[in-house]
Amino acid sequence: MNAPVHHAVEYYLGEFSRLAPALPGQHLPWLRRAREAAMERFARLGFPGRRDEEWKYTPLAAIEKPHFALVPSAPGSVAAEQVEGFALAGTHLLVFVNGRFEPGLSRPEKLPAGATVVSLREALEGDAGELAARLGRVPENVTPFAALNQAFMTDGAYLRLAPGTKLLKPIQLLFLASQPNLAIQPRILVLAEEGSAATLIEHHAAIGDIGYFTNGVTEIVACPGAAIEHHKLQQESRRAFHVAAVVAEQDRDSRLASTSFALGAALARVDIAIGLQGEGAACTLDGLYVAVGRQHLDHHTRIDHLKPRCRSRELYKGILSGAARAVFNGKVIVHPDAQQSDAFQSNHNLLLSENAEVDTKPQLEIFADDVKCGHGATVGQLDEDQLFYLRSRGVDGGTARAVLTMAFARESVDRVGIPALQKRLDQLLPALLPRESEGQT
Amino acid sequence: MLEIRNLHVAVDGAPILKGIDLTVKPGEVHAIMGPNGSGKSTLAYILAGRDGYRVTEGEVRYGGRDLLALAAEERARAGVFLAFQYPVEIPGVANIYLLKVAINAARRHRGEPELDAMDILLRVRSKLKLMDMDESLLYRAVNESFSGGEKKRNEILQMAVLEPKLAILDEADSGLDIDALKAVARGINAQRDPGRAMILVTHYQRLLQLVVPDRVHVLAQGCIARSGGWELAAELERTGYGGITGREGGEEARP
Ligand SMILES: Nc1ncnc2c1ncn2[C@@H]1O[C@H](COP(=O)(O)OP(=O)(O)OP(=O)(O)O)[C@@H](O)[C@H]1O
Ligand SMILES: [Mg+2]
Repeated sequence: MNAPVHHAVEYYLGEFSRLAPALPGQHLPWLRRAREAAMERFARLGFPGRRDEEWKYTPLAAIEKPHFALVPSAPGSVAAEQVEGFALAGTHLLVFVNGRFEPGLSRPEKLPAGATVVSLREALEGDAGELAARLGRVPENVTPFAALNQAFMTDGAYLRLAPGTKLLKPIQLLFLASQPNLAIQPRILVLAEEGSAATLIEHHAAIGDIGYFTNGVTEIVACPGAAIEHHKLQQESRRAFHVAAVVAEQDRDSRLASTSFALGAALARVDIAIGLQGEGAACTLDGLYVAVGRQHLDHHTRIDHLKPRCRSRELYKGILSGAARAVFNGKVIVHPDAQQSDAFQSNHNLLLSENAEVDTKPQLEIFADDVKCGHGATVGQLDEDQLFYLRSRGVDGGTARAVLTMAFARESVDRVGIPALQKRLDQLLPALLPRESEGQT
Repeated sequence: MLEIRNLHVAVDGAPILKGIDLTVKPGEVHAIMGPNGSGKSTLAYILAGRDGYRVTEGEVRYGGRDLLALAAEERARAGVFLAFQYPVEIPGVANIYLLKVAINAARRHRGEPELDAMDILLRVRSKLKLMDMDESLLYRAVNESFSGGEKKRNEILQMAVLEPKLAILDEADSGLDIDALKAVARGINAQRDPGRAMILVTHYQRLLQLVVPDRVHVLAQGCIARSGGWELAAELERTGYGGITGREGGEEARP
């Protein structure tokens, strides 16, 4: 049954007119208008097709066809013990089940005065005036998926830091899916005012081997001198689809450290767009994707250097086995005003099987003359000399390959300065390495 | 312990070893000398089980078994150890972790319980002292950015920790300063044991003054051209390889 493309759009349009009145914040005229504008935009654009240069490697048909339900049938189908398997020690934990905030499963600790962490639903049901500037507009350059999120967003998290407010412990936003055939639209907004600092762990996982569709948008606004870390751990079910946009605007001398660990989902795509909008702003984008079987994991990053003396660093690594596919598309644009920009990007890939495939495309577009920019990309196999060295010490071939593969991932794990998250990754990664027979090249 | 009979080895179709005969008994230390490119490392790799070589003739028996039939890791677990002429750098793998997986691979093989990180550290510390190495090297990536001397010490450290039955040390002494040479010699001598055999590949008599071998062999153009006692090393130091290989002096012996 091959439904034509526009059927998907019609489906979402129909659901929108049916569900919109009950979406949170509909008493706010600006939000109503924003949702409608977003829905129109989505209807106009539709799902990106293969002819769209930015999407041509991402096979979206599997997301387009099913009619995912937009509202979960019953809340709270997850028990506290099930959360424990995903909770990270030493964090303020906020749990979302099928997209809805679950206060009973969460344990935010006492926050310093000046820090507000609330569920998005709660924020939207209040007067939400301060959100209007952010959630009230649909930026022209967002993906159709971000527009879909804008139309249907129901819950998520709103973090606001007053000037100078610094959070010591990371905030873990744990999104758990437990109901099959659901489309979940989490929305996260971070407003970090001057000189504030916080670390956010955005964690996506599932209870059970179910198929669903997560379509997230995370917005970060870093005012002058703010320092934000955003670590994303995507370990969705192997049958799920995960599409996400991470959008950050950085003012003068602000810092952003972003990491994206893509481990789960049948198909996942993360679009990260950073605007270095104030002098001296700096960002570090790191990522690790580990794709097995027939998984398809994409990262598309775009960094706009808009003002002088900004710095960006990017290191993405990929490990692919089986018949897995991955795309890394990293764009750095240095605008005419952005003198003394310093940008470096690298992408390194390890292919553990002949059938695995990666498309890596670093792109530098430079419109200023006094800049320091560079990039490097590699695609390779495990090193034979290293393998022999380990085997000559008694380590069997399979273990040696696993040790070297973990060594390849080490750099990415080490860059996350959060011990609990590092430990979790050290537990998760070995299970994703191919068994002896699959690993042979 | 080790019996090599009429061993012929080719790489990419080119013959490199052309009929090696060598017998090493438990407790013995044999030195193999010879000009650059004569096939010393090839012999060492063949014994350790590196891929890419073709044995065209001959056999190698180790403790009565067909050594060439075993995979590299099986040889290691059966007690064969190779100290590499060019130790391999492994970014992302801590030196102590390599020791841990190596020790535990051997223990699993012998049916012994695996050791945890603390047990490993306790075992390694005394050997570090023997090799006059700083403990910080344990936490760095294997050989990555190690100095030449640190790499060689690290190879001997691994031997000391793994306690092999047959140790093949390929130029364990090249590129070392005097203190490092002494440390390496100390490490080797500490491992001399009636139950353990060693093959030292070297270009220099210096090492052989510190680790006195039972036999010295000269490998030239893929064959053992001469064998003798310790005095052969002294003779080579005076005459070079010219007299032995029949060529106009050997190439300058440099690592
Ligand atoms: N993989 C290979 N492909 C082609 N030739 C090779 C290969 N490995 C070794 N050889 C050749 O075999 C010969 C013997 O090399 P080998 O490394 O065993 O010499 P060596 O005696 O250890 O020399 P050195 O004293 O310089 O360490 C050399 O001529 C070398 O070029
Ligand atoms: Mg050699």
